[in-house]
Amino acid sequence: MDHSGISVLFEGTNFQRLLGGLWVTVRIAAVALIIGLILGIMLGVLRTFKNRPLRVILRLYLEFFRIVPTVVLLFLFYYILPRQMNFNLPGDQLATLVFALWVAAEMSDIVRGALISVPQHQKESGKAIGLNRYQLYRYVLIPQAISLEIPATINLATRVIKTTSLLMLISVMDVINIGQQIIEANNHSHPTGVFWVYGLIFLFYFLIDYPLSWWAKRLEKKRLERANG
Amino acid sequence: MAEQILRVEHLEKSYQKKHVLHDINFHVDKGEVVTLLGPSGSGKSTLIRCLNGLEEYQKGTITFEGKEIVPTEKNWQQIRQKIGMVFQSYDLFPNLTVMDNILLGPTKVQKQDKFAAKKEALDLLKRVGLQDYANVYPRQLSGGQKQRVAIVRALALHPDFMLFDEVTASLDPEMVRGILNIIQDLADVDHMTMIVVTHEMNFAQQIADKVIFLEDGHILEQTPSKQFFSAPQTKRAQEFLDSMDF
Ligand SMILES: Nc1ncnc2c1ncn2[C@@H]1O[C@H](COP(=O)(O)OP(=O)(O)OP(=O)(O)O)[C@@H](O)[C@H]1O
Ligand SMILES: [Mg+2]
Repeated sequence: MDHSGISVLFEGTNFQRLLGGLWVTVRIAAVALIIGLILGIMLGVLRTFKNRPLRVILRLYLEFFRIVPTVVLLFLFYYILPRQMNFNLPGDQLATLVFALWVAAEMSDIVRGALISVPQHQKESGKAIGLNRYQLYRYVLIPQAISLEIPATINLATRVIKTTSLLMLISVMDVINIGQQIIEANNHSHPTGVFWVYGLIFLFYFLIDYPLSWWAKRLEKKRLERANG
Repeated sequence: MAEQILRVEHLEKSYQKKHVLHDINFHVDKGEVVTLLGPSGSGKSTLIRCLNGLEEYQKGTITFEGKEIVPTEKNWQQIRQKIGMVFQSYDLFPNLTVMDNILLGPTKVQKQDKFAAKKEALDLLKRVGLQDYANVYPRQLSGGQKQRVAIVRALALHPDFMLFDEVTASLDPEMVRGILNIIQDLADVDHMTMIVVTHEMNFAQQIADKVIFLEDGHILEQTPSKQFFSAPQTKRAQEFLDSMDF
């Protein structure tokens, strides 16, 4: 009876199924992050331009994704949009889209903040050697902004990975959803299985997120040391 | 008569409500060294920043190398390659090495051949005594070294005209001489045309062909250097000179 709980993990194809679920989770987070970061950098740059209507629109976009809880966004895209607008995507692609739009929104704010904190003198020195706007961003402002914003970006990535736990709500077969299925299927034979399954999921998330947040802290510390030194 | 390289006529500049430059008129001949003197807040920086389009002006015209400048950002991008500027706060790009700081303009803006540009950059670095620092990052340099690189970075574009805005003002005293010698050398050897804003009166006296004295945004006098330092035309300029101990 002692071993019954943990054995749930290794019965049949359970472990492989959990790994498969983990892969779905990681893939959605990774693709969403890549698309979101690229889009977010572009939007962040646009938000530093003087064009007022553009800035207002992008600000509204940011606030929308920041204020509306991610669960609501997922439901909105999964249940409401398909019916209203005939917009149908499989759950995992839809989740990738929602997460990418969310990352882009948050990233645009991080990038904008970093860009405007590059000292004005840097901009003027760049202009003084004849750089045009594109060259100024490409060679001077964006590289400096990126080194300022990397820790915030990594923290955003860890938040995204954690938030993927909501995927089961729109029936994506992520690691939690699969874990839940395994628990339910084994509820009678192994009542303590639930601890082991969630324990393993906890370990998975920890192994992915902890190194990231450790890395972010280290970079931030190094940056501060350099700024003081 | 010498060729006029720069001509400023009836220039007016305000920041929001504050009117800082009033009816500015002067010209600079090819090869001439002009020092721009005046009390703090008189508008020296504002004036020379107008000359390379870093500040917008509301009225007046600037004519450079015979052509009246139409002040659009695109035109300024072209003109800035001909008018180099060095600032008080030597702003090297911290994300680039010394060499890449210098090469950015020549290779990306002017599309010069990279190999030739690099060779020239090394020659320029040698000239300012920094040939061994091509591959270090700006944070590894002292203030004086940074300012030398900033001068090289401007020269690498082959400008016809240089603007120096108090380039020694934030340096330790022992670094000042070296920078001033470099500027002096540019005047003597290269016959570079330039406008120099400085609080170093001995240096101003030594290098200037002409002094423009600015107060409260008005040019009070423009006088050949010798005359300005021995017998300025205005009482205000005399008081200004008396207040500077040199
Ligand atoms: N960005 C700005 N916005 C508003 N007012 C400004 C700005 N820059 C300068 N001024 C004002 O314009 C006037 C001229 O300033 P400027 O910096 O050109 O003087 P300066 O002669 O270079 O002084 P200093 O010797 O202290 O460098 C000052 O009264 C200053 O307060
Ligand atoms: Mg000034």
